[in-house]
Amino acid sequence: MVLTVTDLSVARGSWRILDGLSFQLSAGQALLLRGPNGIGKTTLLRTLAGLQPPLAGRIEAAPDSMAYAGHLDGVKPTLTVQENLAFWAAVFGGGDVEDATKAFALAPLRTRAAGQLSAGQKRRLGLARLAVTGRKIWLLDEPTVSLDKDAVAMLEAAVDTHLAAGGAVLAATHIDLLQERAETLDLSKHASAADIVGAFDEAFL
Amino acid sequence: MTSLLLRDLRLAIRSGGGFGLALAFFLIVVVLVPLSVGPDSTRLSSIAPGMLWLGALLACLLSLDRIFALDWEDGSLDLLATSPMPLEAVAMAKALAHWITTGLPLILATPLFALMLNLPGHALGALCASLALGTPALSVIGTFGAALTVGLKRGGLLLSLVVLPLYVPTLIFGAEMARRAADTQDYQTPLLMLAGITCGTIALLPFATAAVLRANLR
Repeated sequence: MVLTVTDLSVARGSWRILDGLSFQLSAGQALLLRGPNGIGKTTLLRTLAGLQPPLAGRIEAAPDSMAYAGHLDGVKPTLTVQENLAFWAAVFGGGDVEDATKAFALAPLRTRAAGQLSAGQKRRLGLARLAVTGRKIWLLDEPTVSLDKDAVAMLEAAVDTHLAAGGAVLAATHIDLLQERAETLDLSKHASAADIVGAFDEAFL
Repeated sequence: MTSLLLRDLRLAIRSGGGFGLALAFFLIVVVLVPLSVGPDSTRLSSIAPGMLWLGALLACLLSLDRIFALDWEDGSLDLLATSPMPLEAVAMAKALAHWITTGLPLILATPLFALMLNLPGHALGALCASLALGTPALSVIGTFGAALTVGLKRGGLLLSLVVLPLYVPTLIFGAEMARRAADTQDYQTPLLMLAGITCGTIALLPFATAAVLRANLR
C-alpha cells in the first residue's frame, strides 16, 4: 500500500464536511473521487497533500510521496515553459524535464513565455510539472479542466506511464477519465451532517 | 533554495519594476525633502541622516506585498508548501530575494542621494554601513508581514500597518548611528544594537513566517 487512509474527517473552514472515510491505494492503482460540488473533494486532496491537518483519522504514506495539482497551475507568466519546468524539477529534485515536455507535447512551446499560452496549454504545463516532481502519488484536482480531447488522451497516457512505473493516482473529476483502469470512490456516502467544529479556528496545529 | 532565489530574481528583472521601483521612490522622497523644508544647506545636512533612513525604509515597504501575493494567486505557494523545501527555507529565500532587489540597490544609490541632502561627507561611510546592517532586518520583518496578510484582498494597507511598528527599533538605531556619525560622535552603541536586531530577526522570524504561511494556506 502506498497510501492508507483510516477513518478520516476533514473540515473546510470550521465546517466538518467528510466523516469516517477509509480507503487504500496501492502501487499502480488509480482511484477517482466522485461526488457533487461541495462534497469535499478538493478539501480531501489538500488534506492528503499536507496543506491542512485532518480533523480526525490517520493518513499513512511515505513522507514526501505526494504531488498535488490543484485548480491553479503554479505557472509563472514571465518565465518560459522550459524555465517553469526546470524550476519545479530543481525544487523537487526529481524527474526529467525532457520526458515531461514530450509527454504533454510542449516541445514546440518550450521557449515561449508561459503568459502567452492558452488556458489548455497552461494546464498541460501544470500537469507536466507532476512528471518532474518524481513523486509516487499524484493528487489531481479536476485535471481535465480546459483540456481538449487530444490533451485528455495525453494526460491518460501520462497517468498510464506513471502507474506502470509503480505510481498511484487519486483524481477528483466529473468526466469519465481512465475508464477501464480506474476504480471509483463515491464521497457522497461519507458526507457529514455539516456541523461546526469549534468557533475558533486554531491557527498553529 | 538557490533555485527559488534565482527564480525570484529572474521574475523581478523580467516583470520590470523589481529593481527600479524602490529606487525611484527613494529618489522622489529625497527630492521632495528640500522642497518641503527649504533649500537651506545647514538645515538639510542636520536632517539628512534621518531623512535618508526614513526614505529607505518607506522604499522597502513599497514592494513587500508582492513577496507572497503573486505566488499565492497562481498557486505556486501551495506547490512550494508541498515540495521537499521547508517553508522556513522558502521564507529565507524570499527575504533574501527582496533584499537583493530592494535593499542592495538602495545602499548603492545612497552616496548619490546623500549628496542631494548635503550629508556631511565624513558620515557617508557610517550611513551606508548602517543601511547595510539594517535593511536585511527590514526585508525579513517585511516577509513576515507579507506572510501574515497573504490571501487577503487588498492587504497592502494592512501590511503597512502591521510592519511599520515592527520597523521602529531598526529605524531608531540605524538613524541614530548615521546621526552620531554626522555629528562626529562615537556610534559604536547604536551599531551594535542594530547588528543585534538584524541577527535576531534573521534567526527567529523565518520560523514565524513559515508558521504563519502554514496557517494561511489551510
